[in-house]
Amino acid sequence: MTYIPISPAERDAMLETIGVKSLEDLFQSVPAKHRFPKLDLPPALTEMEAASELQELSFGNEDVRGSLVSFLGAGAYNHYIPAAVDHLLRRGEFYTAYTPYQPEVSQGTLQAIFEYQSLIAALTGMELSNASHYDGATAVAEAVNMAYAQFRGKRSRVVIAPTVHPQYRAVVRTYTQGMGVELAGDDANADLESGPESLEGLLDANTALLVVQYPDLFGRVYDYSALIEKAHAQGALVCLAVNPTALALFKSPGEMGADIVVGEGQPLGIPLSYGGPYLGFFATRRQYVHKMAGRLVGETVDSRGQRAYVLTLTAREQHIKRERATSNICTNQGLMALASAIYLSLLGQTGLRQVAELCYHKAHYAAEQLSKLPGYGLCFSAPFFHEFALCCPGPVAEINAHLLEHGILGGYDLGQDYPALKDHMLLAVTEMNTKDEIDALVDVLAEASHD
Amino acid sequence: MTDNPRIVEKTLFELSSPGRTGVTFPAADVPAAKLPKDLLRRELPLPELAEVDVVRHYMRLSKFNYSVDGGFYPLGSCTMKYNPKINEDTARLPGFAFVHPLQPVETVQGSLALMYTMQEWLKEISGFAAISLQPAAGAHGELTGVLIMRAYHRSRGDTKRVKMLIPDSAHGTNPASSGMFGLEVVQVPSDARGNVDLSALRSACDETVVGLMLTNPNTLGLFDEHVEQVAEIVHKCGGLVYGDGANLNALLGILRPGDVGIDVMHFNLHKTFSTPHGGGGPGSGPVGVAAHLADFLPAPLVAIVEKAKDGEPPLYGFVEPRQTIGRVKAFHGHFGMLVRAFTYIAMHGPDGLRQIAEYAVLNANYIKARIQKAYRIPHERICMHEFVAEGRFDGSDVRALDISKRLMDYDFHPPTNYFPLIVHEALMVEPTETENKDSLDAFADALLAIAQEARTNPELLHNAPSRTLFGRMDEVKAARELVLCCWLPEDYEKG
Repeated sequence: MTYIPISPAERDAMLETIGVKSLEDLFQSVPAKHRFPKLDLPPALTEMEAASELQELSFGNEDVRGSLVSFLGAGAYNHYIPAAVDHLLRRGEFYTAYTPYQPEVSQGTLQAIFEYQSLIAALTGMELSNASHYDGATAVAEAVNMAYAQFRGKRSRVVIAPTVHPQYRAVVRTYTQGMGVELAGDDANADLESGPESLEGLLDANTALLVVQYPDLFGRVYDYSALIEKAHAQGALVCLAVNPTALALFKSPGEMGADIVVGEGQPLGIPLSYGGPYLGFFATRRQYVHKMAGRLVGETVDSRGQRAYVLTLTAREQHIKRERATSNICTNQGLMALASAIYLSLLGQTGLRQVAELCYHKAHYAAEQLSKLPGYGLCFSAPFFHEFALCCPGPVAEINAHLLEHGILGGYDLGQDYPALKDHMLLAVTEMNTKDEIDALVDVLAEASHD
Repeated sequence: MTDNPRIVEKTLFELSSPGRTGVTFPAADVPAAKLPKDLLRRELPLPELAEVDVVRHYMRLSKFNYSVDGGFYPLGSCTMKYNPKINEDTARLPGFAFVHPLQPVETVQGSLALMYTMQEWLKEISGFAAISLQPAAGAHGELTGVLIMRAYHRSRGDTKRVKMLIPDSAHGTNPASSGMFGLEVVQVPSDARGNVDLSALRSACDETVVGLMLTNPNTLGLFDEHVEQVAEIVHKCGGLVYGDGANLNALLGILRPGDVGIDVMHFNLHKTFSTPHGGGGPGSGPVGVAAHLADFLPAPLVAIVEKAKDGEPPLYGFVEPRQTIGRVKAFHGHFGMLVRAFTYIAMHGPDGLRQIAEYAVLNANYIKARIQKAYRIPHERICMHEFVAEGRFDGSDVRALDISKRLMDYDFHPPTNYFPLIVHEALMVEPTETENKDSLDAFADALLAIAQEARTNPELLHNAPSRTLFGRMDEVKAARELVLCCWLPEDYEKG
């Protein structure tokens, strides 16, 4: 099955107009020795067969809306997505358009991005947002790039808290190889117990950027205001990698004095989809707009006096600046940004706060019940949002295998990333988890510890 | 007039009314926990709308967009082909859409089997030895490729290599990807036939060269006739050849880049394999490498970790390449886009893939043949999947931009304009294989009519578009005033 709408007769007429005899004749400039390789691929399927084969493959997975009850988070969260989100995303006018290079016929995408930028700025408490990045991890890496560029490479130290998501730190390491950036704080053996003040000692006059996560990997919520002040005193910028749902409840990063706010937008109406596509959001203060990477939509007027929107400050971007561009990014996560904007506009301030509070209360109920179990306990005492680290009486893999037998997807094994947190799991609870599910989790673990 | 512009569609914030909401959630079924007072947020200035408000707002916005579903979108270098509807359905199967990226591998064998097969298929299509599905877009794949090239040289103790050779017809992302890692970009000119100038290439090649970033077919839509020699020259000085896979649509079943000396290449699943462009993303940019670079791919890759036995299927899992450059993004790449591309390849099979390239090339040459009497085309050659024409006429002040805007009045999306930079007033046309002859003819007719109008009534072009909902934009105002956000009115109750 192909999607080629040209009949053999039409094809022949077209070949004649071109002045060649056959389709093969169009490829004379391709080296003959390698021309028309025989591809060893399965024969074509019809749509009916493909639909059934893909469904069969999907049955090879266990999913969190089907057979599994999930308490897994660590950077991707199972939230309810209102039906209207996907109905609107499936408008061909949105999903089959490209980057809005021609603003006269792209105002739908442009206004939607402009509103997305506004929603992200409002949520983070920042002055502006770009049109988005690939995901939370690459948004952190772009923040590092931006800070490095802000000081024109004259400050080479980047302090990144060990409680930033391990995969985000890994991406930062990849992006900064050979750039001359010295990463400090990126240490799996660091003291994880103490609060933000433990990072103060790492800040110096050579520090370009401090990156902390809010809530941190372990779900802990700290007021970073004092730390941010310390970093600013050294002349460094501060980036907060945030969970957007948490921002409905807790102090905004803008209020705490952050210079850059990035994060993973997946919780805002984007399905888990085995890890992507997600959404990296990126907000900052006005003074840094020229150093910020990514697409940017601004308001203007058209020749008829109508309010309209265009891609602006494009001179910062790769197609103009080429090798002098801060970043090579040439797209955004258009449709994912649209999903998050639709989600935020459906929920509004009331709905988002309700989701955040449900997450908070349910996670705290779960934490309280679990910590009563013999051999289990909460690792940390700081306030937390919807995730918490639980120390367990045995290896997490074994406990999770047992939970899985009961249809429960257990928490993330923190021992993979932090040697000191062997036998510790990170559990996430969202509005999707009912009290019955939490009680079932507690019961299964209780039984297991009696065995 | 510009001080009080007419509002065509209010923003979400202007549509907001306190007390509305589009969704409610069940009351808590657990006791309320104490909230940490000092850490709480005071106000949350998000708009408040009902579901119908939101739906109508976005429906109205959607009507302001041109799209592939709506019409012909010959945007050069972007491969705006039709996006099959079945792909949208398969990506949303609950078994794919509601799977957490950190689930134990035993519970995600469906996803992993799909990813493993996708790696195998892309290897077969491109002639490479190994594939990483992790990069999120074409530019992200380039960045990955550049890091792999550099890591390869360093692993051999070869640290002198700091130069990246880039033909003058390259995409802007090529130099930007190299520049991000401090490499010095050396431009290589094209020859009279639009190929890489071999003698210039020879003299640029020395022991400081990381490699060459080659787009083939290039951005003129021309296949580089000396591709094997180009690779040989670069290899001779110890450099590697990066293939920009943006134009792979022209090569499916025609040529495997891995067979002609390309060492590393990114794919654009959102171009070649029909995953929708989404108004600017998400894309998907897997990277393929020849055997000598396989150890450097981003981690992790999908592999068979336990062979099939006793009629049981194999166990798929993750492996880390030995000298990996690390991770380039969280989790496993844009899985949802992989499902779409997988569906597309499965439905085409080997013959269908070759037809894609054949008809993409047929359509481009057909439009070119139909308009070449009216528009100058810099290189007299059969083109591949796209071609570049000059959007200017002797003795006329009409420019490529005017022609592009006038095409909107004929209900077409304009071609890419002012790219590549080496052609004056470039109009870059890529029809793709999914257009019928009627739309190709209508587009060619429109271009011919516009060439006439340029002579008889140039004002029509300068003032275009006039039949669209919006007219030309004041780009200067946007950049000068830099209004990047809308806000709730000052007196709004912020919850």
